[in-house]
Amino acid sequence: MARRTFQELIAANKRNSFILIAGMFALLGVIGAVFGGAYGDPRVGLIAAGGVAGIVFLISWFSGGDILMAVNGAHEIRKSDAPQLWNVVEEMAIAAGLPMPRVFIIDSDAPNAFATGVDPQHAAVAITTGLLEKLKRDEVQGVMAHELAHVRNFDIRYSMLMAVMAGAIVLLSDVFLRSLWFSGGSRRRSNDRDGGGAIMAVFMLIGIVLAILSPVITALIQLAMSRQREYLADASAVEFSRNPEGLASALEKLASDKSPMEANKATAALYIVNPKLGLRGGGTDWFSTHPPIQERIVRLRALN
Amino acid sequence: MVWIILLAAAVVLFLWGMGLYNGLIGRRKQVDNAWAQIDVQLKRRYDLIPNLVETVKGYAKHESGVLEAVTRARSGAMSVRPGDTGAKIAAETELGSALKGLMIQVEAYPDLKANQNFLALQEELTGTENKISFARQHYNDSATNYNTAIALFPACLLAGMFNFRDVDLWQIADPVERQAVKVQF
Repeated sequence: MARRTFQELIAANKRNSFILIAGMFALLGVIGAVFGGAYGDPRVGLIAAGGVAGIVFLISWFSGGDILMAVNGAHEIRKSDAPQLWNVVEEMAIAAGLPMPRVFIIDSDAPNAFATGVDPQHAAVAITTGLLEKLKRDEVQGVMAHELAHVRNFDIRYSMLMAVMAGAIVLLSDVFLRSLWFSGGSRRRSNDRDGGGAIMAVFMLIGIVLAILSPVITALIQLAMSRQREYLADASAVEFSRNPEGLASALEKLASDKSPMEANKATAALYIVNPKLGLRGGGTDWFSTHPPIQERIVRLRALN
Repeated sequence: MVWIILLAAAVVLFLWGMGLYNGLIGRRKQVDNAWAQIDVQLKRRYDLIPNLVETVKGYAKHESGVLEAVTRARSGAMSVRPGDTGAKIAAETELGSALKGLMIQVEAYPDLKANQNFLALQEELTGTENKISFARQHYNDSATNYNTAIALFPACLLAGMFNFRDVDLWQIADPVERQAVKVQF
C-alpha cells in the first residue's frame, strides 16, 4: 500500500462520498420523472418524489438520538463516573475542535462503540463495558477519535439523508407497482394526445424495470457510502490522535472477539464494527456496511 | 442581450468572491477560537500549581529551588502581554519544563507519592498537559489550514486586498528545549 497522508485519504473519501450522494439524488430524480412520465407528466412525478422525500426527512430529523440510546440500553455518565474515559473523550474533542459530546456506557460484554447526533452540538458517543475492559487507554482513544470523526464529518446526518432518499425511492417504487396492478389495462388518460400513448408505454416499461431494480440499487449505494465513511472516519481519527497504532491495535482486538451482541439492523451501520457476529470482520463484497477490518488495519499502519 | 449576460457574469463573480472571502473569515475565526481553547487549558494549569506547590512543600523542604522555579515560571507566564505570541510560547514552554523538573525530583519522596491529595493533583496535571498538547495541535492544524487558504490562488488575491496575514504556529523557539529532559540521580 503506497504511503499516503491522512489528509490525502480524507480528500479522496470526500470525493467518493460526493459521487455516491449525487448518484442517489439522480436516481430519485430519474425515478420520479419516469413514474410521472408513465402516467403522462414527468414533472408531476418529480414533485411527488421531492415531496415524499421531504416529509420523511423532517420526521427522521426530529426524532433524535435519544431513542437510539434507549434502544441500546445505554446510560449517560458524568466525569466522576468514569474519569479516564471522560478525559479520553475530552482530549479528542479538543483535538477535533468539537464541543464535548454526551458520553454513554452500555452494559454488554461485546466490544463496540457508536456515535449519534445530527450535528456536533447535539452529539453523543457510547461504548460498551466489554470494550472498555479489553482496550488500553491509547486504543480507547483511537476508538473515541473514530466516533468523534463520525460526528465532525456529519456522517450521521449523511446516513440519515441517504436512508430517507432510499426510503422515498422504495416507497415510490412500491406505489408505482401497486398502481399498475389496480389500473389494469385501461388507458383513458391519453385521450387528448395523439401518439402520447406510445411514449407513455415506453415510460411505463422503464418504470417497471426501475421499480423492481431500485431497491437493490439504493441498498448498494447506501452500503458503498457506509464503507467510504468508515475509511474516512479512520483517517480523521488519526488526524485527531496523531496515533494510527492506537486505532489499529483496537481494531485487531475487535476482529478477534467472539462475543455476540444485540443490535437491530438499522443501527448496525453506526457502530465501529458490525455487531452481528458473522459480519464483524467486515466484508470484501458490495453488501457489507463496513470495510474488511484487515484492510482498515493495513491502511492505518501504512500511515506510519 | 449582451447587457444581461454581462450583468449575470458580474453577479456570479461577486457571489463567488463573497464565498471565498467568507471562507477566509471563517477559517480566521477558527484559528482565534483554537487559540482561546489553548488559553482555557493553560489557565487550568495555572490554577493547579499553587495547590501542587503547597502539597510538595510539606514533604520536600529541600526542594525549595525547584519549587521557586515553578512559581517564578508561573508568574512569568501569567504576566505576558496579551498579543505577544512569541513571549507567550516561550513562557509556557519554560513553565512546562519547570513542572517536568519538579515531577522528576518528586520521585525521591515516597511519602509524598503516597499522599492522596498529591496523587489527585498529579493526575489532574497529567490530564491538563495532555489537553494543552491537543489544544496546541488543534491550533496548529487550524493555523495551517488558514495559512494555506490565504496562499492558494485565487484566494491570495483577495487576501492581499483585505490584508489577511499568516498566523504563527505554536512552535518551540529555543532548540535547547527540543532535547529530552535529563534525569539526574
